[in-house]
Amino acid sequence: MKEELIVSGRMNPGIDPYLHIWHWQIPLYLFLGGVAAGLLFFTSLYYILGKEKELPTAVKWANFLAPVALVVGLFALFLDLKHKLFFWQLYTTIRLSSPMSWGAWTLMLITPLAFVWSASYLRELVPSWDWKLKILYDFEKLIIRYRKVIAWMLLLLSIILGIYTGILLSAFNARPLWNTSLLGPLFLTSGLSTGAAIIMWMSKDHAERALFSKIDLILIATELFFIIHLFMGFLASTQVQINAAELFLGGEFTVSFWVFVILLGLVLPAILEILELRGYKVPVAIPAILILFGGLMFRFIMVEAGQITRYLY
Amino acid sequence: MRYAMAIDTKKCVGCGDCVVACQTENNVPIGYCRDWVVENVAGTYPQIELEIRSERCNHCENAPCVRCCPTGASYIVEGGVVLVEPNKCIGCGACIESCPYDARYSHPDGYVDKCTFCFHRVQKGQDPACVSVCPTNCMYFGDLDNPNSDVSKVLATRKFKVLAPEAGTNPKIYYLI
Repeated sequence: MKEELIVSGRMNPGIDPYLHIWHWQIPLYLFLGGVAAGLLFFTSLYYILGKEKELPTAVKWANFLAPVALVVGLFALFLDLKHKLFFWQLYTTIRLSSPMSWGAWTLMLITPLAFVWSASYLRELVPSWDWKLKILYDFEKLIIRYRKVIAWMLLLLSIILGIYTGILLSAFNARPLWNTSLLGPLFLTSGLSTGAAIIMWMSKDHAERALFSKIDLILIATELFFIIHLFMGFLASTQVQINAAELFLGGEFTVSFWVFVILLGLVLPAILEILELRGYKVPVAIPAILILFGGLMFRFIMVEAGQITRYLY
Repeated sequence: MRYAMAIDTKKCVGCGDCVVACQTENNVPIGYCRDWVVENVAGTYPQIELEIRSERCNHCENAPCVRCCPTGASYIVEGGVVLVEPNKCIGCGACIESCPYDARYSHPDGYVDKCTFCFHRVQKGQDPACVSVCPTNCMYFGDLDNPNSDVSKVLATRKFKVLAPEAGTNPKIYYLI
């Protein structure tokens, strides 16, 4: 066997001995962005389909969490920046080749829209709410009249937001674990699934809960399919991607990935949801929390593990 | 014009002069480096090969760092040199993640920093600091499009390789083997 020993004189902080330039802020944002994308996708989709009355939680209430998730996520992103005072440079240009530029502009559009959307339902949620100024009442009337337009914009932007969280990583071909186009659809599915879990958890209505339980089951199955595909693709690819897959197949992320993400985050909540649909009493909070936990762990593990994988030379 | 560098792995002794020259010339903060030396030992005793490489930013023609930069702070100037404009850089780390050579680092002042091919010297017709100090003269710098440049002449006569060609970056640091 040919042995190889590589000794590098480089010791740059954050780069060596292994890359660790992105910390907790990025996976947290990827999670919150996915949650917001999921919530806004369902709220706008079911509004457009005219299900406001049948699915009140999905259309009217759960979306109040979306602006919160977006603001906290944006703050996490801001904390990640190391040249913070120059953050406005993001909005001086549109760079089509950079997913981060796409994401920055998407967030710029979807965050105010999410606030406007929630504001249009605020007086239904809190009947005693007083906008104080007449102009705000006029604005409320305006946004209620144009809800359909806003819903279509939110539907489109939420899909872009959900996919973008994955494409952001998959655009980096230097990190073999991320460098697969499956990551976009996978993160979108996972984001929709966390959004559906929150709606299911918040809903008081049995039919609505059952619907989102079923939606969640389909999304979990899709996610598992994508993950199996992901590993099949890696194992049939180049050495660096085989190495990336091996981090999860016996390597240092094996336990955390298969236990926290697959078993606790996908398989167990799926079993609980099936049991609940069959009529067993399962507190809905348990599968919902497991799905959210799995989604968060998935992003942390992907960001951590991706930074370890690299080209060999 | 395409600036490039060829480094003779058969002549390099790994003294680290290029690293120190760069740190001095470019005021690189203490504890950081824009170029570095890699020692690669391959084989089993007694058939052992040692390759010593002075590595740095490859000033790729298909530069992933420039592609991923959301603000345009990473850009390519004439001669194909990849540079960073500190006042446009937000320190998001996308370019650091995108570099297969890990040639970039986050400067303590916040922006991202890396080898510039000593662009300030090259503009004056001088060689980069690392090339000019090399005691074994193992580094060649010049314009690939000019057949009479040092780098073109040595690449015409010697076998060479680039690092991670499968990354698709078209790197412009050539290692003579």
